[in-house]
Amino acid sequence: MHGRPRKAPKPEDEAASAAKAQKLRALQTQFFSYHHNKIYTKEAVELSAKLLEINPESYTAWNYRKLAVEHHLSQPECDPDSAKSILDDELRVVESALRQNFKSYGAWHHRKWVISKGHSSIDNELRLLDKFQKADSRNFHAWNYRRFVAESMNRSEQDELKYTEDMIYTNFSNYSAWHNRSVLLSTLLEKKAEGFLSKEKVLPEEYEFIHQAIFTDPDDQSGWFYHLWLLDQTVKADSPLLISSWPAHGSDVQLVDRCHNDSAFSPFTTLHSDSGSFPVVLYFNQPVEGVSSSTVTVESEFNKSEDLVWNPLSVSNSQAAKVWVTHLKFPTSELHCPVEVSVGHSKGITSTRGFQYSFSSVFSFKVHVQPTKKDSSQGSVAESILWREENFKAYGTQSEESIPILSFDQLSIRNDPEPTVSDWRVEALSKEIECFRELLSLMDCKIGKLTLARLLMAYDSMSLSCTNKLDHSDEVLELYSDLMKLDPSHHQCYKDGHSLVLLKQVTSSRESLLKYCSKYTDSVPLTICSPICLRLNNLSLSRVGAFEKLLWVQMLDLSHNELQSIEGLEALQLLSSLSLRNNKLRSFTALDPLRKLKSLRVLDISYNHIGEHSIDTTRYLCASPLSHLVGSEWNKDETVIGDVALINYWDAFLIFKELNLKQLDIMGSAIADEKFKSVLVKIMPTLKQLDGERLG
Amino acid sequence: MGELAVYKHVHYILSVEKRKDSFESVVMDHLRMNGAYWGLTTLDLLGKLGTVNADEVISWIMKCQHESGGFAGNIGHDPHILYTLSAVQVLALFNKLDVLDTDKVAAYIIGLQNEDGSFSGDMWGEVDTSCRNLDGGFGCTPGGESHAGQIFCCVGALAIAGSLHHIDKDLLGWWLCERQVKSGGLNGRPEKLPDVCYSWWVLSSLILIDRVHWIDKEKLVKFILDCQDVENGGISDRPNDAVDVFHTYFGVAGLSLLEYPGLKAIDPAYALPVNVINRIFFSR
Repeated sequence: MHGRPRKAPKPEDEAASAAKAQKLRALQTQFFSYHHNKIYTKEAVELSAKLLEINPESYTAWNYRKLAVEHHLSQPECDPDSAKSILDDELRVVESALRQNFKSYGAWHHRKWVISKGHSSIDNELRLLDKFQKADSRNFHAWNYRRFVAESMNRSEQDELKYTEDMIYTNFSNYSAWHNRSVLLSTLLEKKAEGFLSKEKVLPEEYEFIHQAIFTDPDDQSGWFYHLWLLDQTVKADSPLLISSWPAHGSDVQLVDRCHNDSAFSPFTTLHSDSGSFPVVLYFNQPVEGVSSSTVTVESEFNKSEDLVWNPLSVSNSQAAKVWVTHLKFPTSELHCPVEVSVGHSKGITSTRGFQYSFSSVFSFKVHVQPTKKDSSQGSVAESILWREENFKAYGTQSEESIPILSFDQLSIRNDPEPTVSDWRVEALSKEIECFRELLSLMDCKIGKLTLARLLMAYDSMSLSCTNKLDHSDEVLELYSDLMKLDPSHHQCYKDGHSLVLLKQVTSSRESLLKYCSKYTDSVPLTICSPICLRLNNLSLSRVGAFEKLLWVQMLDLSHNELQSIEGLEALQLLSSLSLRNNKLRSFTALDPLRKLKSLRVLDISYNHIGEHSIDTTRYLCASPLSHLVGSEWNKDETVIGDVALINYWDAFLIFKELNLKQLDIMGSAIADEKFKSVLVKIMPTLKQLDGERLG
Repeated sequence: MGELAVYKHVHYILSVEKRKDSFESVVMDHLRMNGAYWGLTTLDLLGKLGTVNADEVISWIMKCQHESGGFAGNIGHDPHILYTLSAVQVLALFNKLDVLDTDKVAAYIIGLQNEDGSFSGDMWGEVDTSCRNLDGGFGCTPGGESHAGQIFCCVGALAIAGSLHHIDKDLLGWWLCERQVKSGGLNGRPEKLPDVCYSWWVLSSLILIDRVHWIDKEKLVKFILDCQDVENGGISDRPNDAVDVFHTYFGVAGLSLLEYPGLKAIDPAYALPVNVINRIFFSR
């Protein structure tokens, strides 16, 4: 089926083929007769061997042979000698089949089955494997079988590690060997075997080893993934840690439903809420399970900590998430009260890999509630948002006030013990950075630039807790721009990387963030009050990120970018107004993160590409019946829209029925015709404005 | 850029069905059920499923079902999960899933699940486990090297089970997008030759994790079209190699995922036309 040259069939070939076919068919018919009648005589079994020699893929013949073996082994006259000869026969048949096709799944599986009956020696099997692996060092059947033999015959990982070393020295371009090496090292490190007690000792040697491969031929991919694995081993934080929250530590949060224009409170920490409650958001450095009122306490006058329900923000029904949220109800009367949140004081929070939360993390903030007074000095919340340039005024650096939500010079959360970064990791990274800078000075290569970009980003995030915070983001942005030109086939991959680094840079300091903050006003100033709008428009963003720095955002303008995904946006629990106008969204399933934004009231998704693509790339990343995350009750109560509309617009239905939007803009996408808009209006009875038109 | 020779491929598929007497055909006898799925799905993607006699196909399929509920690759052969899948898929194409005793088939499949959660192919226990690797991909057995075919099976299974969050999409996405070689084709693992079948395994995986924009789609379309035999119909693994139904299916399915005009859209997880899947999940 693979690798045969195309040629026109000659009549003599066709005749020969037909003759062979007839012979094979006769063999097969006879075989079936034996198989279906459970005949296991010597003659019958030999016939199956002949069949398998011609066609090792005939799985039923392998099944038959297993039945025959079991039949003969179970005979009372079967002694250890005859058992051995029976099994030897099987090994011989497998070998001859493998010679025909050394990728035959049936043959390898049959051999494993025979070996599991406790026959053949490890030397025998390794000798066989050696033959095959010399013929093709990438035969993954052989490598898999090798691992099976090593495990079932107790060959040590150290011996196998030496074997990979030998294979690699024979030929650096052996991805299979490098892969096997990573598996063996993982096991040895985990077991803390003799000589493999710490990564600190083991990894530097491996780095030296892999350099030989990469620097010999930078275009050969065999070493790339191994190096990435080493990097991950060096950098990854095993322990889960709380890295951000809303409200932020030390902030003064004012809760309003109408606003006071002469408020003494910062617009950055004023939450416009009409629901009588506000969220408390916890953002961890990796997905965790076990966040609950038993493992997190929220001390305040107006709430009972043990009554709080914590929910993970995950797409699926998974109980693990990076972001967790609960809601605190606040009274309508005047209130000025401190709140303290402690995480990790009691056991129970674990990462998905099983590491316990080992810190005691505390943050506190103050909550202020001013009761609503019915007088004219108060502004009203904007009835609808017009996302026009003239309606935004840069916030600028008009005030020297600190943004308490973003403490850049110290960790925003008090952790005990303070997480530290081991020296060897930082040293290993600086050494790698040096090596790759040297490589790039000798030759311009893609893997050099990509690895350097990754190393610099990893290095910068390691030094976050130091006083001399490093920032290589400009250099990294340039590396990604170079890569887009150097390797245009993978342009979008580097673009996504570039976008993420850009957002990291934007959110890296108070000064840089303020440049993107604006106040929304309209034609009659002073009567409108609204939260700060973070304007990240026109930045060629193809990805969004840095969410841990954006938990405070209530109004977000992401218009005029290149977004086709908004993955991760569910973390922004305060979001009430969002513009995704003029982006590259292709489907409603891509809007799945919005379903978790219970405060969202204004959404602009006009001028996207929804309805223009036959293939949906977020079809299974969205909770729906297809991914079995929504059951058959999803349309049970549905009488508002007809059957046809339901099949055609199931994705719009799933997304929009869960949003409580007041204003929606959707024009400019192929899907947004009158028929669809009339269905939308039925799905969202609370909608007041659609594409600028007032409803109801 | 060349064009897709639709009529040639339809003709090729229909002729393969009839050509039961060549050596190649007899050797593949045991996987005829897979062949039916590949051929018929391709016809449906090309809009030509109507050229086949549905009743004949369905009656043959049902003759391949065993007492256990499982389906064999052909009449006379033993049942296996692979052929059970193909049988169900073909019945779905014809919108005839109602001929099945679904409890029976389900019981066969459930009976194949092992204690550790993996599934055996049949009673003999060949297990195709999905084991996540350190490069983000999936191998055939624990510790097995990542291989694009295996990756598709695991990613597809996770997708259907609503569990794609377990995957590091950027890591796997990078490993997958680096399968695209200079000619525009995709290989199955590092430093190997490109092959049209990977236009399915790699491409559908990329689509399921929303990273397909990381490859050059136009170059891949061109590679697939170059693998056609425009004289006799059919698509091969590489330009100028011999064609077969397997690669014809993966080539056309790949083109569908790349939104090649005139083709029906195919679902990347279930590997059946989107309208067939939507019909099953979204009608009342």
